[in-house]
Amino acid sequence: MSLTQGDYYVPHGTAWPIIGSIGLSTMLIGTANFLNGSGIGMTMMIAGLCITLFMIFGWFRTVINESEEGAYNSQVDRSFRWGMGWFIFSEVMFFAAFFGALFYARTLSGPWLGGADEVTNSLLWDGWEYAWPTNGPGNVGGHFERMAAWGLPAINTMLLLSSGVTITLAHWALKKQDRAKLVLWMLVTAALGALFLFFQVEEYMEAYQDMNLTLGSGVYGSTFFMLTGFHGLHVTIGTIMLLIIAFRCMKGHFTPDQHFGFEAVAWYWHFVDVVWLGLFIFVYIL
Amino acid sequence: MSTTMTHDDHHEEHPTGLSRWIFTTNHKDIGTLYLLFALLMFMVGGAMAMIIRLELFQPGLQFVDPQFFNSMTTMHALIMIFGAVMPAFVGLANWLVPMMIGAPDMALPRMNNWSFWILPFAFAMLLSTLLMEGGAPAGGWTLYPPLVLQTGNAFPFLIFSIHLMGISSIMGAINVIVTIVNMRAPGMTLMKMPLFVWTWLITAYLLIATMPVLAGAVTMLLTDRFFDTSFFDAAGGGDPVMFQHIFWFFGHPEVYILILPAFGIVSQIIPTFARKPLFGYSSMVYATSSIAFLSFIVWAHHMFTVGMPLTGELFFMYATMLIAVPTGVKVFNWVSTMWRGSMTFETPMLFAVGFVVMFTIGGFSGLMLAITPVDFQYHDTYFVVAHFHYVLVTGAVFAIMAAAYYWMPKWTGNMYNETLGKWHFWLSTIFVNVLFFPQHFLGLAGMPRRIPDYSLQFAEFNMISSIGGFAFGLTQLMFVYIVFQTIRGGEKATDQVWEGAEGLEWTLPSPPPYHSFSVAPEIK
Amino acid sequence: MLVPTFKQKLASLAGLAALTGSSGAMAEYALNLMPGVTPLSQSAYDLHVLILWICFWIGMVVFGVIFYSVLAHRKSRGAVASQFHESTTMEIIWTVIPFIILIGMAIPATKTLVAMEDVSNSDLNIKVTGYQWKWGYDYLGEEVGFLSSLSTPLAQVTGEEPKGEHYLLEVDNPLVVPINKKVRLSITASDVIHSWWVPELGGKKDAIPGYINEMWFKAEKEGTYRGQCAELCGKDHGFMPIVVVAKNEADYQQWLSAQKTANDADAAAADREWSKSDLIARGETVYNSSCAACHQANGQGIPGAFPGLVGSALTTGPKNAHIDIVMNGKAGTAMAPFAAQLKDIDIAAVITYERNAWGNDVGDMIQPSEIKAAR
Ligand code: HEA
Ligand code: HEA
Ligand code: CUA
Ligand SMILES: [Cu+2]
Repeated sequence: MSLTQGDYYVPHGTAWPIIGSIGLSTMLIGTANFLNGSGIGMTMMIAGLCITLFMIFGWFRTVINESEEGAYNSQVDRSFRWGMGWFIFSEVMFFAAFFGALFYARTLSGPWLGGADEVTNSLLWDGWEYAWPTNGPGNVGGHFERMAAWGLPAINTMLLLSSGVTITLAHWALKKQDRAKLVLWMLVTAALGALFLFFQVEEYMEAYQDMNLTLGSGVYGSTFFMLTGFHGLHVTIGTIMLLIIAFRCMKGHFTPDQHFGFEAVAWYWHFVDVVWLGLFIFVYIL
Repeated sequence: MSTTMTHDDHHEEHPTGLSRWIFTTNHKDIGTLYLLFALLMFMVGGAMAMIIRLELFQPGLQFVDPQFFNSMTTMHALIMIFGAVMPAFVGLANWLVPMMIGAPDMALPRMNNWSFWILPFAFAMLLSTLLMEGGAPAGGWTLYPPLVLQTGNAFPFLIFSIHLMGISSIMGAINVIVTIVNMRAPGMTLMKMPLFVWTWLITAYLLIATMPVLAGAVTMLLTDRFFDTSFFDAAGGGDPVMFQHIFWFFGHPEVYILILPAFGIVSQIIPTFARKPLFGYSSMVYATSSIAFLSFIVWAHHMFTVGMPLTGELFFMYATMLIAVPTGVKVFNWVSTMWRGSMTFETPMLFAVGFVVMFTIGGFSGLMLAITPVDFQYHDTYFVVAHFHYVLVTGAVFAIMAAAYYWMPKWTGNMYNETLGKWHFWLSTIFVNVLFFPQHFLGLAGMPRRIPDYSLQFAEFNMISSIGGFAFGLTQLMFVYIVFQTIRGGEKATDQVWEGAEGLEWTLPSPPPYHSFSVAPEIK
Repeated sequence: MLVPTFKQKLASLAGLAALTGSSGAMAEYALNLMPGVTPLSQSAYDLHVLILWICFWIGMVVFGVIFYSVLAHRKSRGAVASQFHESTTMEIIWTVIPFIILIGMAIPATKTLVAMEDVSNSDLNIKVTGYQWKWGYDYLGEEVGFLSSLSTPLAQVTGEEPKGEHYLLEVDNPLVVPINKKVRLSITASDVIHSWWVPELGGKKDAIPGYINEMWFKAEKEGTYRGQCAELCGKDHGFMPIVVVAKNEADYQQWLSAQKTANDADAAAADREWSKSDLIARGETVYNSSCAACHQANGQGIPGAFPGLVGSALTTGPKNAHIDIVMNGKAGTAMAPFAAQLKDIDIAAVITYERNAWGNDVGDMIQPSEIKAAR
C-alpha cells in the first residue's frame, strides 16, 4: 500500500525496517551469547542472519518493483545517488579507523617500544628492537612470516583492477542498449570478484598453516587480518550485488538513462577496488 | 531542485494504533517517536544520575557498591548522550527540516523508519546488561582498554548495542543531508535556509564522518577481547593509548554533534522573540562550519595526561583554544540579535537566553581545560564534570527544551501552559546551578571523577550538589507533565503561533497536514 | 591538613576573591586550585588564576550586555525593534579581539608546558607502578622498593567507625622523597591505566601498561602531600590514594638506609625455613593488603565478579596450580601476576594463609624457597 504524490514518491507504511531490527538484534544477541560461550548463541545468530537476509532481499525487491513501475522520478533518483554517496563515505571512514591503527602502530607505538622512547624500552622491554612487521616485544603468537606482496596479493590486485575495467565496459554496453555484452561483462566482473575471494581464502590458509601468521600474531597480524578481512567481506557483498544486477540485466531491467541500481553497485565496486589499492600499498608493499 | 506536489488527503487511509507507529514512513510520526523515546531515555539516564548523586550525598559507602556505582556512571553517560540528546535532535530534524525547506517529507522515508526503530532494540540490549553476570559495563562511557576488557558477560552486548546506535545515527544523518541537498523548495537557496537546517546539515556531516570510526574502535575492542588481536596491548606492539586517539577522533566531534543543533535552535528562537532578524546570518554559517572543521583536529585535548610528545600537546592546545573564536562569534551574534530588539520572554525565549549565558560559562571552563599545563591539574576531576554538564545540560538539554516549548504548539495545535512553563524554567535554572556550579570547586579542590566515596573536605559541596540534583530531577517531572498536558489539549494555537515567528513551518496550519508541503511553497 | 568548616567555605565562596586565591590559603583549600609546593604547581596555579580572571571579565562584559538588553529592550517597556542585522566591522572586531586574548594566554601556557616536560638532569629517579588497586615504588639505583596501599580501615568506609581526618587519603607505606631535589618519576602500570596525581606537587600523569610516562617535581617544603589515582581503574579506583612525604636530606638518607636493612632482613627470611603459624600470620597481612579488595576479607569473593576462595577447587586443590595462579595471574581478568609485586616470602605466606584460613584446612604450607624455585 503506497501512493505517489505528484512527482516525489513517498511510500506509505513499510514492515521491512522493523523486521530488519528484529533480525539484526537477534543476530547480535546470538553472537554475544556465542562469544560468552552460551549454548543457544549459534542458533540465534543463524536465525537472526536469516531474518536479516530476508529483510534485505524483501526490501530491495519492493524498491526494485517500484522502480520498474516507474514510481521514481529524477528527484527520487537523485536522493538515492546522494544517499549511496554518503553511505560509501561512511564506509571509507570505517576503514580509516583501521588504517589509522596501522599507521599508529607502525610510526608511533612500535618505535616507542623499540627505543625511540628510551625509558620505556630500557625499563620495560630491555633489548627489544622494533622492525615492521612486528608481533611486539612480547613476541605474541610466536615467530611468523610476513605476507609477501608479489605472490597472490599481486594477482588479486590485477583481478580487482581488471574487474574495474569490465564493469565500465558493462556500463557502456548498457548505455548502448547492448544487453548481451552487458550481461556478459557483468558476469565477468562477478567472476573476477569470486576469483579474488578464492585466492584470498588460499592466502589465509597459507598464512595460518605454513606461516604461523594469525590474528594473534601481535599488531601485525591484527591489522593485517582485520584490514584484509573487512575488505574481503566487502568484496563478498559486492560480488553478490554484481550477480543480482547481472540477473536483473537478464530480466531486462534498467534503461540507458535510468539505471541507478546498476551505478550504485558500480560505485560500491570501485570503492572496494580503491580500498584494496590502499591495502596493497600500506599492508603488503610498504 | 523543483518539487511540485499534487495531493489530496482523503484519498489515503492512515493506519491507526500500534501499526501506525511501527510501519510509519511519515517524518512527523517518526519525529514524534524520536522525541518521546528521547524523553524516556532522559528519565532513565536521569534516574541513574540520581543514584550517583545519592551515593555521593555524603562520604562513605551508603547505598551501592563501587562496581555498581561505576556502572551507573557509565550507563548514565551512554544513555544520556546516545539515547536522550542525539535522538531528541534527530526527532527535531525529522519534524522541522522538511517543514522549514518546503519538502513533502524526508528524502528516504523507509530508511527514516529504520533509523528510529533500531534504537529501542539497541537500548534494550544495553539496559539488559544491568542484569548480567559481572554487572553492567563499568569502564566509563569512554570505554578505555584495558579496563573495559575486564567487563563481564555484558561486554559483547555493550559493543553490539553501540554498533546498532552507530548504524541508526548514520542512516539518520544520511537522510538529513539528502533531504537538505535534494528536497528544498524552489528558491530555497542554501543561504536562505534557516540556521537550524544549516547546523543540522553540518552535524549530519560530522555524524557520518565519525560514527564509523567509533564502530571501528569498538570492533577492535571486541577482537582484542575475543579473537586475541593486540591493537591495545603493548606486548603485541599495540598501545592502550591508541584506542583513546581513535575514540576521541570520534568523541570530540561527537560533543559538537551534541551542541550544533542546539546553536541552530537558539538561532531560530531569539530572533522570533526579539522581533528582529538574526544578526550576522552568514557569519553564523561560517562560524558553524569552522567549528566543525576545528572539531576534527582537537581530539587529543582529552588526552593531555597520556604522555604525548611536547609538540603534540602544544598543537592540540592551540587548536583547541582556537575554537573559542568561532563560538564567540556565535555568542556575540545572539547578543546583538537581542540588542535593541523588542523582546518578550515566553518560555522558549527564557530557555534560549538561559542557554546563551550558561553555555558560555561551560565554554569558559572548556577554554580553561584547553590550557594543557593547567589541565594536568583539572583533568579527570569534577571540574571537567562541571564543564561538560554546563555545555550538555544547560547547553544541549536546555536548547532541546526551548525547542519543545517553541514548536509544541505547531506540532500539537495546542498551546502549552505558559505559567507552568515559566516555573519549569526558573526552577530548572536555579537548581541546575546548585547542582553543577559547586562541582567546579570540588574539581579544583582535587576531587577526582568516577569515585563512589571521597575524603572529608569534599563533603559539603557534594551535599549541596546532590540536593540541587534531586531538586533539578524532580523539576523535570514538571516538563513531562506539561508535554502530555499539551498533547491532550489546551488553548488552540494559531498558524503563526508566535507574533515574531518567521519561516515556512509557520505558514502551515497547526497541527500541520500529514504531508507537510504537498504543493511546494514559493520562497520570496 | 585542616578541614575548613562549611561557614568558612561559604564565606570565601561569597566574593569571587576567594576563587582567585587572594584569600587565606586554608580557607580556600576546598574551593580553588592549590598553589602547591613546587615551582611547577605554582606556575600552573598562576596560569589558572590568570585564565580564570580573563574569562571572568569577558563573562562580565558579555553577560552585562545581555542583562542590560533583557531589561531595557523588552516589548513591555514599549521598545520597538530596530531591524539592523549585520555589520562586517563588528564581526571582524569580535573575531580579532578574542584571537588576540587567546595568544596572550597561549604564550605563558607554552612556557610552563615546556618546563614541565623537561625531565632532564634529575637527582633521583623513582619507578612508579599502578596496580589494581595500589601503587608500587622502586627507587632506581637504590635496592629499595615497596607497595603502597590504602590504610583507611573498611569500618570507616562502611560507617561503622567515625571517619578519620585523612579518610581515604592515607596509606601504609608513603613515598618518601628529599626536598629541593629534582625527583623524576617513571610511571607505568601492570594491569589497567591509572594516573598518578598529587595536586600539591603539580599535575598528573597516566600510568599506561607497557609504556613509561615521565614527570618530575621538586618539593620545596617539608611535609606530607596527599593525592589519588586519577584514571578510572575499576572497582576500587576511589580507594588507591597517594601519599608523598618530603623530608630534608638527612632524614631522607636515614629513612633510605632503614629501608635497605629491612630488605636484607626479608631476603634472609626468604632463605630460612618458616613455621606454618608464622607463614599464616604474615600471610594474613599480605592477604588483607593485596587480595581482600576483590576476594574479600572473608574469602567469599563477589559472586559474578570475583571468585570466592572458601573451599574452592583452587585453594583446596593441588598447591602448584594455586602457586601458578597467584604468581602468574589469570589473563583477561583482574587477577594480576603477583610474582611481579610480592616478595617470595609474601607469596609463600599468602598462599599458605589462603589454604588454611576460613575453614580451608588443606593443612599443607608453602616455603619461600618453593616460590624462588617457581620463578
Ligand atoms: C556539548 C558538548 C561540549 C561542548 C560544546 C564543549 C566545548 C568545549 N570543550 Fe568540552 N567536553 C565535553 C563536552 C563539550 N565541550 C565533554 C562531554 C567532555 C568530557 C568527556 C569525558 O572525559 O567524559 C569535555 C571535556 C573537555 C576537555 C578535556 C578535559 C579533560 O578531560 O581534562 C577539554 C580540554 O580542552 C574541553 C575543551 C572544550 C573547549 C575549548 C570547548 C569550546 O568549544 C568552548 C568554546 C566556547 C567559549 C569559549 C565561550 C563563548 C566564547 C566567547 C564568549 C568568546 C570570547 C571568549 C574567550 C576569548 C575566552 N572539553
Ligand atoms: C547529555 C548528557 C548528560 C546529561 C543530560 C546529564 C545529566 C546529569 N548528570 Fe551526567 N554525565 C554525562 C552526561 C550527561 N549528564 C557524561 C558524559 C558523564 C561522564 C560519564 C563518565 O565519567 O564516563 C556524566 C557523569 C555524571 C557525573 C559524574 C559521575 C562520576 O564521575 O562518577 C555526575 C555526578 O553528579 C552526573 C550527574 C548528572 C545529573 C544530576 C544530571 C541531571 O541533569 C539529570 C536530571 C534528570 C533526571 C533526574 C531525570 C528526570 C527525573 C526522574 C527520572 C524522576 C526521578 C527523580 C528523582 C527521584 C529526584 N553525571
Ligand atoms: Cu587506579 Cu584509578
Ligand atoms: Cu573535546
